[in-house]
Amino acid sequence: MSSVRVLVGTAKGAFILSSDGKRDKWEVQGPLFAGWTVYHMKGSPVDPDRIYASQCSDWFGQVIQRSNDGGKTWDQPSGEPVIDLTNPTPGTSNKFVYEGKVGTHMWYDGTPHPWEFKRIWHLEPSLTDRDSVYAGAEDAALFLSKDGATTWKELPGLRDQRGSEWQPGAGGLGLHTILLDPTNPLRIYIAISAAGAFRTDDGGTTWKPINRGLRSKYIPDPDAEIGHCVHNLALHPSRPDTVFMQLHWNVMRTDNAGDVWTNISGNLPTDFGFPIEVHAHEPETIYVVPIKSDSEHYVHEGKLRVFRSRTGGTDWEPLTKGLPQSNCYVNILRDAMATDQLDQCGIYFGTTGGQVYVSPDGGDNWSAIVHDLPRVLSIEVQTLP
Amino acid sequence: MSHRVIRVTLPYHLQVLARAGAEVTLEIDHAASIGAAIDALELKYPMLQGTIRDHVTKKRRPMVRYFVCEKDVSHEPPETLLPEAVINGEEPFMIWGAIAGG
Repeated sequence: MSSVRVLVGTAKGAFILSSDGKRDKWEVQGPLFAGWTVYHMKGSPVDPDRIYASQCSDWFGQVIQRSNDGGKTWDQPSGEPVIDLTNPTPGTSNKFVYEGKVGTHMWYDGTPHPWEFKRIWHLEPSLTDRDSVYAGAEDAALFLSKDGATTWKELPGLRDQRGSEWQPGAGGLGLHTILLDPTNPLRIYIAISAAGAFRTDDGGTTWKPINRGLRSKYIPDPDAEIGHCVHNLALHPSRPDTVFMQLHWNVMRTDNAGDVWTNISGNLPTDFGFPIEVHAHEPETIYVVPIKSDSEHYVHEGKLRVFRSRTGGTDWEPLTKGLPQSNCYVNILRDAMATDQLDQCGIYFGTTGGQVYVSPDGGDNWSAIVHDLPRVLSIEVQTLP
Repeated sequence: MSHRVIRVTLPYHLQVLARAGAEVTLEIDHAASIGAAIDALELKYPMLQGTIRDHVTKKRRPMVRYFVCEKDVSHEPPETLLPEAVINGEEPFMIWGAIAGG
C-alpha cells in the first residue's frame, strides 16, 4: 500500500508526519532543527528521500539542510567539520549572493532600499534532477543550485523586471511561489509579495510580468503591470497553461499561462486568503481558505472552512465536516496547504494555531493529525510507493 | 609566531550546527584578533559560515555578540587584538545570541 509523508515547517522547527494510505493513524517525527524557523521543506520528485529544508533565524541567518534518507538524518551540504585544515571545504551551502550590481528596491516609505538577503521562503526541487533545486528569497530573487544545494547562483534577469519599483508586502519582499511546468522545462512561474507574478520561457534568463487582469484596489493604479500582492499560485501538471491564483483579495485563473487573468471569486464569503491548491486528479477542482480580511488575519465568522470549487472557480462549496465551526481564529499561510497523489486525493493544511488537518477524501471529511505544533508556515506532502 | 590555542564558546544553536560542545578550541597562528578568531572558527567549522557574520561583507550579524573577559567587544573592529588572557587560554572568547524579547 502507498504511504504519505507530510513535511511541516513551523516557526520553531520542522515535523514529519507519516501514515499509510488510509491516512487515519499517524507517526510524528520532530521537532527537527528545534527552535529555528523552518520556512519550507520539499522533497525531490525524482528521489523522494532527497529532501531540502530552509532553516533560518533572526540571530544566525539562513541555513540550508538536506536529507538523503527521507528526513531521518540531515546535513548542511558542504558543511562537514574540517579534519584537514590545510584543505578546508568552502562552506557555501548557505551563501546567497545577489548577482552584479545589487541596486535597490522600494522600501515601505517609498524610498530606495538596498537589496539585502534575509531568508529563503520556498524551495522547489527540479522535476528531473535530484541535485537541482530552486530557492525563492527575501529580498525577492530566484536562486538555483545544480549541486544539491552546495552552491547557489541567482537568476538575475528576474530583478530586471522593474525590480527597483518592487515594494515589500507586510511579511517582507518574499519570492514565495515557484511553479515548474512539467511539459516545458524552460517555463517557470514565480510570485512575489508585493510585486506580482512573473514567467520565464527560457529557463530563467529573461522574465516578464504576467499580471494583466489583476485588479488591486490597494495600489494607486489598480491595473498596474507590477505591484500586485499575489499570495499563491497553483497548477495541475496535466494543464500547465491553466494557473490558479489567490491574490491578496480575489481568486483568479488564467488559461493562457498568465497572459490574462479572470476573477473566479464567485460566491466565496470573502475572497481574501493565502493558499490555493488543485486536486491531484481533477484539474478543475480547486481549494481555498477564505480569511476575513487583510486587517484581521483569521477565518471568517470564527469558522474554519475550506472552500472547494469543482468547476474551476466561481461556484464554491464550504467543506466543514470535522473542522471547528465556532470560536476559531486561526490563519492558514500561503505555503501551508498541499495535496497527496493517492487515488482518493488527500488535502492537507496547517494553521497558525499549530493544527495540521487532513482530508483523505478530497475535502469531504477532515480530522486533525496534530493539534499543538508551533505556528505552521508550510506543508508539503510526499506520496510514497 | 608560535601557535596559540584559544577557547571559544558557542551559543546552543551553533553548537548543534557545528556538532560540537559548548566550547571549542582553535589554533591561531597569526595576529590573534577578533576577526582572526572568527576566521579560524569558520575554517574549522565551515557550516558556521554566514551564521555569525555575513559571507561577503564579513560584518557581524546584528544579533550576535562577542564577549571577552567580562567585556562586550561586539562593536570593536575585527582587527582588535584579543586580550592576553584569551590568547593564553585562561579565558574564552564567547559568542552569544543577543538577548531579545520579553
